Formats: sequence, C-alpha cells, structure tokens
Amino acid sequence: MSAATFKIWRTLPGGDGTFQTFHTEVADGMVVLDVVHKVQAEQAPDLAVRWNCKAGKCGSCSAEINGTPRLMCMTRMDELNLWEPVTVEPMRAFPPIKDLVTDVSWNFRVKKGITKFTPRTPDAPDGTWRMAQRDVDRVQEFRKCIECFLCQDVCHVLRDHGKFDEFIGPRFFVYTANLEMNPLDTADRVPELKHDKGIGYCNITKCCTTVCPEHIHITDNAIIPLKERVVSRYYDPITRLLRVFTS
Amino acid sequence: MDAIPVTITRRGAGETTRTDVWWGTPLAIFVGLSLFVAYSTWAAFQNAHYTYGPYLSPFYSPVIWASPGDTAGLEHAWLGVKPDWIPALLPFSPALLILPFPGLFRFTCYYYRGAYYKSFWADPPACAVGEPRNSYLGEQWFPLILQNVHRYFMWIAVIFLFILSYDVWLAVWFPNPATGATEFGVGLGTIILTVNVVLLSSYTLGCHAMRHVAGGAHDEVSKHPFCDKAYACSTALNYKHQLFAWMSLISVAFSDIYVRLCSMGIWSDVRFL
Ligand code: SF4
Ligand code: SF4
Ligand code: FES
Ligand code: FES
Repeated sequence: MSAATFKIWRTLPGGDGTFQTFHTEVADGMVVLDVVHKVQAEQAPDLAVRWNCKAGKCGSCSAEINGTPRLMCMTRMDELNLWEPVTVEPMRAFPPIKDLVTDVSWNFRVKKGITKFTPRTPDAPDGTWRMAQRDVDRVQEFRKCIECFLCQDVCHVLRDHGKFDEFIGPRFFVYTANLEMNPLDTADRVPELKHDKGIGYCNITKCCTTVCPEHIHITDNAIIPLKERVVSRYYDPITRLLRVFTS
Repeated sequence: MDAIPVTITRRGAGETTRTDVWWGTPLAIFVGLSLFVAYSTWAAFQNAHYTYGPYLSPFYSPVIWASPGDTAGLEHAWLGVKPDWIPALLPFSPALLILPFPGLFRFTCYYYRGAYYKSFWADPPACAVGEPRNSYLGEQWFPLILQNVHRYFMWIAVIFLFILSYDVWLAVWFPNPATGATEFGVGLGTIILTVNVVLLSSYTLGCHAMRHVAGGAHDEVSKHPFCDKAYACSTALNYKHQLFAWMSLISVAFSDIYVRLCSMGIWSDVRFL
C-alpha cells in the first residue's frame, strides 16, 4: 500500500464544479477506477461515476486523468506519479451531468444521421457474399471501436471550437470509413462527408489517434483515406476528367 | 428523452490539467522545421558550392540554367546559361527555380500539416490544451482548403525521385585528373546521395495520396492485381511516414551540407573504390 492524493471533479448544485481532494491508499495492481470506487466507498458515497466492464471493452469509464483523456479502468496506478496529486475529471467536450458523468447522447444522434449500410445483392444463390480476407481486414480495424468517445473528447474541433452542428468527429469518421470501405457496401457517403459531416474541419493533428484505447489508426486509416476520396470527387480536376473518359 | 444541447466551457490559451511535458514535442518540431527552412533558404540563395566532382546537391537538382561563369554548375545544367530574359535584378540561383516544388510537397503533406498546425499555429498547441483563437475554419474553407492540391505535388515529387536517382548514377563517374577520362568509383558522397534517394523514395511512395491512388480508392483492392501489390507496399511505407518525413528531411539537408563543405575544401571526400 502507498499513499496517494486524488483530486476528483465534483459538480456543484449550480452546475459548475470544482476539484475535491481525497487522501487514500493504493495497492499494487490497482487502476484509477478502483481508486475512484474506493473513495466512493469510504469517503464520498454520492460520487457519480459511470462504468460497466472494468475490462476496457464497454467504453463507459472515459475521463480525463492528469488532463489526458483515458479509460479509468485501463489506467494502472503504477503508470502515474504518486508524488503529485492525480486529477480525475469528466470529459470536457460533453455537458456534465454529475461529477465524472457526462451526457454523450449527442454522439448517438450523430450516428443516426450517417447513411446506413447498403449491401449489394448477394453473390451466391443461397443469399451469401464472397469477400477477400484482406479487403475485410481493412475495415475490421474500425470495428474494434468501443464507443468510449475519448477521441471525440480530445478533438479540438469539438472541444475548443464547439462545431457540434457541422462536424461529426473522429469516432464517426471511423464509423463512416467502416461502411464506406466495406467491400459489400454500395452507398455513396462522399458528398455527405464533404457537405454535412465536416471532414474538412479535421486538421489531422492526430490527437484522436493518440488517445484511442483500441489503438485504431483513426487519422491515417480512416480520416485521411476519406479525405482523399473527397479530394478525388471535388478538388482534383484531372481525376474527374479521367473518370469522364473511363466511364 | 429531450436532447440536452451540448455546451462546453472553453479553456483559455495554453490552459490544461496535463502534467506531462506537453509542449516538448511541438517545441522540438518548431525548432527542427525552423532550422530546416532557415538552412535551405540560405543554401538556395548561395548559388555556389553546390557541386563537388560528380556530386550535385539535391537542393540544386535539376540545374535548369546555371549562372554565367559558374563552370561547375554548367556541367550539370540542362539548358546551359541563364537566359537574358530573366531580369538581372531578380535574385537568381538554380535552386530557387526548383525548390518550391519539393517545398510545397512537404508543406501540403498530411503529416507535416498536422505537425505545423500544432507547432506554428497552436491549433491546438498540444492535445487537450486550450487554444489561443476562437474562430476556426480548418481545411473546410479557404485558405487551407488549398492543401487539397497535395496529390499534384506528389506527382512532381515522383519526377524528382527519377532525377535524383540519375544524379546518383552520375555520382559514380569520377574524373581522373591523370587521363582526363571518367572512371567508375564510389565515394562517401555517392553513398550519402544514394541513402538520400532511398529515404526520399520511402517518404514519397508512402504518401497518403500515393496510397490512395495505388489502391486505397478501391473497396475491393484484391480484385485489381496491380493495385493490390502497390497498395500493400505503399501502406507498409505509410505506417512509417512520420519517420521517413524526418529522416528524408535530415538526409536532404545533410547531402547539401556534405557537397557544400567538400566544395569549400572544409571536408574532403573519402573514396572507397
Ligand atoms: S486528427 Fe482530426 S479528428 Fe482527430 S483529433 Fe485532430 S482534428 Fe480531430
Ligand atoms: S475510435 Fe477509439 S477513441 Fe474513438 S470512440 Fe472508438 S474506441 Fe474510443
Ligand atoms: S468500465 Fe468498461 S471500459 Fe472501463
Ligand atoms: S502525406 Fe506526407 S507526403 Fe503525402
């Protein structure tokens, strides 16, 4: 056991908030979520925290630990410097509900607005399709997403510039890439990416990739390839000309 | 359930609860890129010491026209002496005619864009650190929408790879002062210029725009045999794009420094063969 000081964000009745300091003991192998639960059990029974799996798979326990968006259940205490207080605060890009819990429902509304999966007619009479494994592998990476929304939280287009009405955020570029690059899909999402989903607002600063707990190459494998498709369609006259001749 | 509108409390410039040295990487990139821009600009204006024996500095390749009297440069010049219609008042150097192309290729590179938006424009200064400006247009609107020309500069950069490879070929034919003929040889400069072309190729062929044209545009790349292989190669290089961006930047500057210092007599070239 070693001593640790935690500064945990608490909302105040008016809706604002402040850090409250807790002194506690941590044991080997504990993660930040364990400490938050310990504080909740021993010192602050009304402390609100959202969690579910404690295995880094449900995406519920997203927070900002020492200022960096991370999953509380996947941040081991032995990674942190216990000589300094450890700060735990809610995701800053979303409206606070209570303490560490934020309202992430904006994300679910955004998801509904993305053109749905539209498979081609089945390849075989039995209603099945044929795909090459490496074509599937490309989109498989995007399916690892656990919807923790840490990437949305860190993205400065949402966090600092509040473009919630014009920009869908990295999580949904991953989602769109998963559909758009799917070997079976026939829908065309390039126009909506440019006009409604605001892909041009991403300035490829890769913060989303840095925080993704599933290590999805969000910027390199989802956003930039989608940007390139937008370029081919709207900003590259030579490719457009070639398309006229080849089609 | 009623939708709760998203409201966020914006943080002030540089405000963060991050406790690590978040400014370290952006600062290092700021210093590294500034040094490169300063050195390459200085070198481009020199119009001297850009060749040594069979070596030609990559900053000056290709030499389209050389200044009158620049005998060493004239040996490499494609079209001979600088024509009269270029106003004498304009600063002239063979490098000034060609450097804008590789310069703009790097300027519009996705990796460098992300890096200098942070280091030079603080947009954001670092991840989860408050920004100095309220307004934001990103690359959705003018002027940064122009970054979308990147793929054209990529094709120009591919042409440069052929030219620089030809320079490596020339860099193995050394003049023999005794006979006046040229003979095959390998010097340290040959190796430096070769490594430079390998690194520049790794950087250029792993470009995101190259990855797209190589096969990324297809959802079923496996059905296009040539694209299938090209996409796999470009993707492999693309995973190390940041590394190659820096290594090739250093190698291209060092190649110029090597040729320059040999030409000035400060370093002497080592001949292995
Ligand atoms: S790379 Fe784009 S989407 Fe990701 S955090 Fe940066 S601006 Fe946002
Ligand atoms: S892409 Fe990564 S960071 Fe973003 S929601 Fe999915 S798992 Fe979380
Ligand atoms: S509790 Fe499920 S991801 Fe942390
Ligand atoms: S993306 Fe870096 S060179 Fe094209």
